[in-house]
Amino acid sequence: MKRELPVVNERGAAAPCPAPEMDAARRGRSAASRRLFLRSAIGGVAAASLTACRVEELLGRNYRELSKDELGAIIARLEKKHTERYGKQVRIGNEPPQPGVDFGYGLDLSRCIGCRRCVYACVKENNQSRSHPQIHWIKVLEMDKQHGVNLTHANAYYEADEVPRPGHFYMPVQCHQCRHPPCTKVCPVGATWKEPDGIVVIDYDWCIGCRCCMSACPYGARRFNWAEPSLPADEMNPDMHYLGNRPRPKGVVEKCTFCIQRVRNGRYPACVEICPVGARKFGNLLDPTSEIRQVMETKRVFVFKEELGTEPQFYYFYAT
Amino acid sequence: MAGILEFVKGSLRLITRGGPAYKAWVGALLVGVVIGLFGYAKQFEAGLIATNMRDQVTWAFYIGNFTFLVGVAAAAVLLVIPAYVYQWKPIKEVVILGELLAISAIVMCLLFVLVDMGRPDRLHHIVPLIGAPHWPSSLLAWDALVLNIYLAINLLVVVHILYSGYRGKHYNNRFVIPLVLLSIPMAVGIHTVTAFLYNGMAARPYWNASILAPRFLASAFCSGPAVLLILFQVLRKATGLEIKDEAIWKVAELMAYAMFFNLFLLGAELFKEFYSATEHLLFTRYYWFGIGEHRALVPYAWASLAASLAAFLLFLIPKTRQHWVTLNLGCLLIWAGVYVEKGIGLVLPGMTPDTLGEIYDYTPSLVEWMVAMGVFCVGFLVFTALVRVAVPIMSGQFRHPGATLPADAH
Repeated sequence: MKRELPVVNERGAAAPCPAPEMDAARRGRSAASRRLFLRSAIGGVAAASLTACRVEELLGRNYRELSKDELGAIIARLEKKHTERYGKQVRIGNEPPQPGVDFGYGLDLSRCIGCRRCVYACVKENNQSRSHPQIHWIKVLEMDKQHGVNLTHANAYYEADEVPRPGHFYMPVQCHQCRHPPCTKVCPVGATWKEPDGIVVIDYDWCIGCRCCMSACPYGARRFNWAEPSLPADEMNPDMHYLGNRPRPKGVVEKCTFCIQRVRNGRYPACVEICPVGARKFGNLLDPTSEIRQVMETKRVFVFKEELGTEPQFYYFYAT
Repeated sequence: MAGILEFVKGSLRLITRGGPAYKAWVGALLVGVVIGLFGYAKQFEAGLIATNMRDQVTWAFYIGNFTFLVGVAAAAVLLVIPAYVYQWKPIKEVVILGELLAISAIVMCLLFVLVDMGRPDRLHHIVPLIGAPHWPSSLLAWDALVLNIYLAINLLVVVHILYSGYRGKHYNNRFVIPLVLLSIPMAVGIHTVTAFLYNGMAARPYWNASILAPRFLASAFCSGPAVLLILFQVLRKATGLEIKDEAIWKVAELMAYAMFFNLFLLGAELFKEFYSATEHLLFTRYYWFGIGEHRALVPYAWASLAASLAAFLLFLIPKTRQHWVTLNLGCLLIWAGVYVEKGIGLVLPGMTPDTLGEIYDYTPSLVEWMVAMGVFCVGFLVFTALVRVAVPIMSGQFRHPGATLPADAH
């Protein structure tokens, strides 16, 4: 069944639970409504022994099938749960993509010094698991200058306190938010998809943890929660997005979302902000005056593994 | 309906009672299942970190076993085609055992997928109508569907034939023949879809070769019958079930042709990789020669090739194929060869080096061994129970009291 991306009318207001308009009628998918009917039927039968709410929770719902009210209720429940657990007022936003926005990212390979500040700013911003497993959404590869971009000479485990090391250059890799994402294609349950503003997102409550998407991703951008993520309360970032940096459960896949909780509210991704050498550029590809468009206008950009036809919205370039 | 109740009761009696050898066998399998459950409990509690899979190698031992067993299940067709379509006498009596093997193999396949899932509690998300299977683009969604249909078809055929035999009636041709005919393309289908699951991933050049699906089928036609040939001999001795020598030799001959084709396809693949020697050669090199100090798979690769070649020769030469010692040796060699080739030999080089060039030498963890053993024991238990009921029906010993006509269940 071909799935439609949610069409969203509401603009991204920063209200506590700005759930998007997603009534079943607009989607008009007969299969979807049949499924919903079947679920309520199963729910009705099972309600004899369990409460209806519990059944609904057990069966679960795909993000894209939830109504505005249902999503609002789920978000309220999650906010309460995480606020209690971490002892901080948590806000889980659900800002929709904005019309006329298609995000693009530029990375200047001639500037990057491999300091990995982006890696750790990302971890902090996006509430990744700190240890066992330690999860990084950005991987910085150290490569030999004499070989150019060549993965057989790439090393992700160099010591970052002495960078840049002579004879080497650095290539950070994260989710490329492909225009033809191989990862969303293979997902057996449609738990990951590309939003209209270019961001490839994951519904952590729908992912079954089969890791097909990780096999399909040519950029090694997806991470799996092999164990219950460890997120110390004092390091937790309470400013969240439902499809972004909210705490993830064990056994699901996660990845870079261009900091969806930031960029849909007009802010830069954390990695762009932290970069000490200005190697990272970000903006709206549809806006001719944006920084990313300036880069494309004045520099020569290229994409990684272009032969795979993924058409990333993440560009590399050499500014000098 | 009373007949069904008695049939179930009688079947349970057959399964739960038996001689000391039978009880020891079932007891050993149950111990294996319990060990597997302990392993799985640990994995369920800790998460998949209890395995040695990591972000670099995200699929490994479980999925390798799954792939191998899909082949075993698919290979039932090798016996179904001649038996049903051409009414070929000597082989027909053993087809039902092939179908029982297919059922057990699919049960193991589904369990291996289940234990590999990060969120087994969300399994229903892939079920049509209740969940949201991502059709038509996701091959795993298709795979789940075709495997379950294949399981259902084989169960229907087997239960119908056995129950008819129990009632002393000949099975209904108009019911069985169409289903069996359907099961032939389905068997090819389950293995092709499983091959496409890997094949479609452009990010993994080792899998992204169009020769993969044909190779899958060729190797399946070796490994499935290899398991069966040994089982036939065991059953013949243990239960007195009549299986003709010619049937066994014929299957062995077919396996020789399949193995030739399998080796030929392997050669074609190796030629292309080594002669063109592009950056994609890296994965093939990792498997056959290792990269630097990373040589974890090299001994398995060569042992697998040697086993496959030796088995091919043993099955090709009529004298060795018709000699019980060399025949059984050949079966073991084929089984070992294909198990490596389709298991770790397929999955691990596909992911090593990973998409960013990192090499992670994977070996299964203790928990993975425990869980895998548990799954295999469940599969053997299912097969044992099915055979325990099927054989007395086929030989006419297990019969409804009211049944008067002579049985012709096979």
